[in-house]
Amino acid sequence: MSDATLSFEEAMEKYDPVLGFEVHVELNTKTKMFSSAPNVFGDEPNTNVNEVDLGMPGVLPVVNKTAIESSIKIGLALNCKIAETCRFARKNYFYPDTPKNFQTSQYDEPIAYDGYLDIELADGTVFRVEIERAHMEEDAGKLTHMGGAAGRIQGADYSLVDYNRSGVPLVEIVTKPIEGAGSRAPELAKAYVAAVREIVKNLGVSDARMERGNVRCDANVSLRPHGRERFGIRSETKNVNSLRAVEHAVRYEIQRHAAVLDSGEPVIQETRHWHEDTRSTTSGRPKSDADDYRYFPEPDLVPVVASREWVEELRATLPEPPAARRKRLQADWGYSDLEFRDVVNAGVMDEIEETIAAGATATVARKWWMGEIVGRAKNADVDPGQLGVAPATIVELNKMVEDGKINNKMASEVLDGVLAGEGTPAEIVEKRGLAVVSDDGPLLEAIDAVLAAQPGVADKIRAGKVQAIGAIVGGVMKATRGQADAGRVKELILERLGVEG
Amino acid sequence: MAAINRDDVAHLARLAHIEMSAEELDRMAGELAVIVDSVKSVSEAAGDDVPATSHPIPLTNVFREDVVGHTFTAEQSLSGAPDAYEGRFKVPAILDED
Repeated sequence: MSDATLSFEEAMEKYDPVLGFEVHVELNTKTKMFSSAPNVFGDEPNTNVNEVDLGMPGVLPVVNKTAIESSIKIGLALNCKIAETCRFARKNYFYPDTPKNFQTSQYDEPIAYDGYLDIELADGTVFRVEIERAHMEEDAGKLTHMGGAAGRIQGADYSLVDYNRSGVPLVEIVTKPIEGAGSRAPELAKAYVAAVREIVKNLGVSDARMERGNVRCDANVSLRPHGRERFGIRSETKNVNSLRAVEHAVRYEIQRHAAVLDSGEPVIQETRHWHEDTRSTTSGRPKSDADDYRYFPEPDLVPVVASREWVEELRATLPEPPAARRKRLQADWGYSDLEFRDVVNAGVMDEIEETIAAGATATVARKWWMGEIVGRAKNADVDPGQLGVAPATIVELNKMVEDGKINNKMASEVLDGVLAGEGTPAEIVEKRGLAVVSDDGPLLEAIDAVLAAQPGVADKIRAGKVQAIGAIVGGVMKATRGQADAGRVKELILERLGVEG
Repeated sequence: MAAINRDDVAHLARLAHIEMSAEELDRMAGELAVIVDSVKSVSEAAGDDVPATSHPIPLTNVFREDVVGHTFTAEQSLSGAPDAYEGRFKVPAILDED
C-alpha cells in the first residue's frame, strides 16, 4: 500500500523542511578496524575474517593505527575539532549481523566534532552544513534474507550471514539539524552527500563507491509550519545509496510528511526503507525500547590520545581540498564558469580529468563527456562515470576523427557499439564498415547537386554570408548518409563557390 | 531502595532476547539489586576528585600497524556454527527488527 503524498510545490507552500544526515564512510585500510583480517570487498563469504571478527569468546581487539589517522583526516577535512582524548564504547544490540552482540563504536567522545562543510549548489549558491560529530566504529556483517518475498525480511524463512564486512572501519558523520534549505532541500541533500563522498575520495581514505556501500546515507526529514521554531517529528530513511536516491528520498519524504500533517495526524517517528524501483519509502520499524543500546566504555580498548603534534602532522598531509581543486582545474582547462559548472553538475569532472590524463585536450574531453556520454547516462538512468566509457576509448575515438578516418556522427555510432560491448573502436569501425568518404570526387558530385537544388543559398554564400553554408553541408551529409567529413565538405563548397573561408 | 527493580530486569531480558519466567524475574531482580547496590557503595567511596575510569592503568594509544595477518577459511569460520549454508551462517529470520 502506498502512502499519500502532496505535490512538492504544495508541501513547500505549507511547510518548512529540516534535514539531518548520518553518512557512513567505509575506510579503505588494508585491514579491519580491530583485527588484522583483510578489508576486501566481494571475496568468498566468511574468508576475510579471523576470531576477532567472528566475536569468539576471549579474543581482544587491537585498534588499526591507519584507521585512526584516516578518521582524523576526515575530521580535519570537515573543519572539525579533533578530540585530544576519546574512547570507544559498546553499542549493545542482539542481531545476527554482529556476532559479538555489540558494535564497537564511539558514544559521548567522538574523535572529531563541531565542524562544517560549505556546499555549493548547482547555481553557485553556497550553503553551510554544520557537522555535529564524526565518530569511529566498525561495519556489521551482511545478511541475506532467504525465502519469502525476494530479498526482503518480511516473510523470510531464514537469513544467511557473511562476516567479511564485519569489522571494516567506518566513520559516521552526523550533521546538526539543517534549517533554511526550503525547496532546495532535496538538491542540498544530494550535494551534501556528494561533497562528503568527494572529500573522502580526495583524501584517499575511502574508495567512496556508493554502489558498493562505501558511502551510505541515512536521511532525516521533518517538516514544521512556516514560522514555527520547534522541529516536527522526523523520519529516518535508511541506506539511501546513490546520490540520485538521496535527492529523491528527501523529496519523497517531504511530500509524504506534508500529506500526513495535512490529514491532521502526527508523523510517526520511525525508520523508513527506500525503494529505488518505486522511488518511495515504506515503513520500517518504529523507534522503540529496542533502541536502548546501553552504551558503555569499551573495556578491551584503551583511550585514543591525539596529540596536537600528531594532528598537525596529519593536517600537513591533507591534499588540496575539492573546492580549491575545482578552481585550479577550471583555470587549467580554460572552461568558462558556465561550462565548468555544467561539468560539475553533470558529475563528470573526475572523468574529464582522467580523460585529459589519458591524452585528450580539455576541449575534446568536455565535448565527449558533455556532448555524448552524459545524455546516454541519463537515458540509461546511471551516473555518467558508471556507463563504462574508458578514457582511452575517448582518446582513440577522437584520434580517428582527427585523422579523418571517421566523422563525429560515426564516432557517436562507434561509441554506441563500444557500450553495447561490440569491441574496441577500431574493431567496430571495421565490423560496421564505417569510413569517411575522403575521395573528393563523390563529394563534389553531391555538393554540386545540393548547390543546384538550393541556388538561393549558394548566392548568399557567394555574397559573403558564409554561415548559410550549414544548409548545404547538411544536404551533402544527407546525400552521403553521413559518411562524409563535414570539415572537408565545407572546404570544398567554399572552393566551388570561390569564397574565402 | 534498590537501584534495579523487576521491571528493569524484564526490560533487560527483552533487550537481550532472554526468556525469563515470573519466578526467575523475581529472583534475578533480587540478585541483581544486591550487585548494583554493591557497585553503588564503590561510587560512594570515590570522591568528586576521582574521574570516572574505564581502565585501571593509564595506557593510551595501543595500536596495530595496518598489515594483513591471519584469516580463517570458510570451513574454519563455520566449524562452530549450529547451521550453515553455502559458506554462510544460517540463522532464523528475525522479523521484528532490521
